[in-house]
Amino acid sequence: MNRRNFIKGSLAGGLAVAATAKTEKADAAAGTFGGYADSMGVLVDLTKCVGCRTCEAACNKEQGLPEPDKPFDDYSVFDEHRHGGLPRRTTEKEYTIVNRYEVEGREKPLYRKFQCNHCNEPACLTSCFVNAYTKTPEGAVIYNPKVCVGCRTCMIACPFYVPTYSYSSAINPVVKKCIMCYDTRLKFGRPPACVEACPQGVMTFGKRKDLISLAHKMIDAKPGKYVNHVYGETEVGGTSWMYLSDVPFEEIGFNTHLGPQPIINYVKDFLAIVPMVLTIWPALFTGFHLLATRKQANKDESNKA
Amino acid sequence: MSLKRGKLIGLAAIIAMASPFTQPLNAVGEVFELSSLSNLYEGVSFDHDMHIEAASDNCAACHHHTAGTPTQDPNCIPCHKNSGEAESAACSSCHEAEPFTSANLEKTANTPYLHHKEKPGLMAALHQNCLGCHSEVGGPLGCQDCHTMTDKGEKYYNTGKYAPKPGKETGHH
Ligand code: SF4
Ligand code: SF4
Ligand code: SF4
Repeated sequence: MNRRNFIKGSLAGGLAVAATAKTEKADAAAGTFGGYADSMGVLVDLTKCVGCRTCEAACNKEQGLPEPDKPFDDYSVFDEHRHGGLPRRTTEKEYTIVNRYEVEGREKPLYRKFQCNHCNEPACLTSCFVNAYTKTPEGAVIYNPKVCVGCRTCMIACPFYVPTYSYSSAINPVVKKCIMCYDTRLKFGRPPACVEACPQGVMTFGKRKDLISLAHKMIDAKPGKYVNHVYGETEVGGTSWMYLSDVPFEEIGFNTHLGPQPIINYVKDFLAIVPMVLTIWPALFTGFHLLATRKQANKDESNKA
Repeated sequence: MSLKRGKLIGLAAIIAMASPFTQPLNAVGEVFELSSLSNLYEGVSFDHDMHIEAASDNCAACHHHTAGTPTQDPNCIPCHKNSGEAESAACSSCHEAEPFTSANLEKTANTPYLHHKEKPGLMAALHQNCLGCHSEVGGPLGCQDCHTMTDKGEKYYNTGKYAPKPGKETGHH
């Protein structure tokens, strides 16, 4: 066995181990799971949002988040942008954000509330190698901060760029995101705080399957009012939070190229790298050791000859 | 909307979850206090006469099919063309103050009436109706044009005397 072949061999070995681990985990966590049949969800009717930011205030209080940078009735936040002109996103102190979109041909701007979509088969969950995440039967995707090691894999895996990190502790940065008010409300059958606080009734809380049929009835009842698509019904295997809009979703910051497959199916290759790093090192070190001894053995042999 | 104090004290009818207003016809000529949100805000005084005038006596503009004038909504007409005046035309007699209790979720899921499935809760019904019309006719639209925030409200919105101190802004990543 020459050196190149040997290294190829040990790499393949490492990959095989990683792949096996990944498949088992994917089966258990996602696979053909498709979501809990009776899970709850939220239907967000974006046409009704007036951008009052009450939902942001409600979330801040319910989740005991730090004081905001600006008052929740300060609408200058809609003019704020991140680097590269991107709209505001969720942060470790804001689990939900409302953004304003000026849409050509629409009389008024459209406001879009945004938070974790609580995927049926969450990429954050399947990508997490310490199993910090749980998808509860009620529909929420929650996490255990005690288990989180702050590796940020979920942040990269999430198709909606939701999880962020708390940097308040430099030693142990921990994931932060919307938990659908699981601990304080959802668990007890109550709607999330933001849903209940919204003065416009933008969000409807209910069983996910009821919301899907409601959404299609609403589209059918008022032809021309809504775009004929329920965002989140099929995207990345379906999400608990779904959206209705009167303008094409791609014009208001939604990724419309995600497809109906759970994100894990696309990023498997990338995600395999994380456990691979852990599994490949022993194999590599063994390889180096063997190489070194073999070299020595060869030397001895040639000396003999 | 300014508070018409004299009128309000004598005639205030409270539309709230605790005391649903049930006699719609007597509502003509009154100023209501809408107080279902009175936690974060003071009650809102609502001049019914002024709004009847603004709607040119077309009760259906706000009350759908329940107040005697026929509905014009094509989705309601098939069932409610001749249904006449309802026992109560108060918003709160149909729109639930807490729309998402498990009992209400069940009711909504099982209702045979297609267009009642998307019936908003009380707070949403009021705001959708008010803001919908106000944005068409140029009525007040800002939250505090109608609502006066309470101390609790200022705390909730981190505003007024609870506003964050300037200068500690961290911005977005
Ligand atoms: S939206 Fe992102 S963070 Fe939320 S459940 Fe889906 S993958 Fe996880
Ligand atoms: S569901 Fe709860 S945690 Fe999530 S955005 Fe709404 S209030 Fe915040
Ligand atoms: S509370 Fe409702 S209307 Fe106000 S910004 Fe949030 S979703 Fe929009």
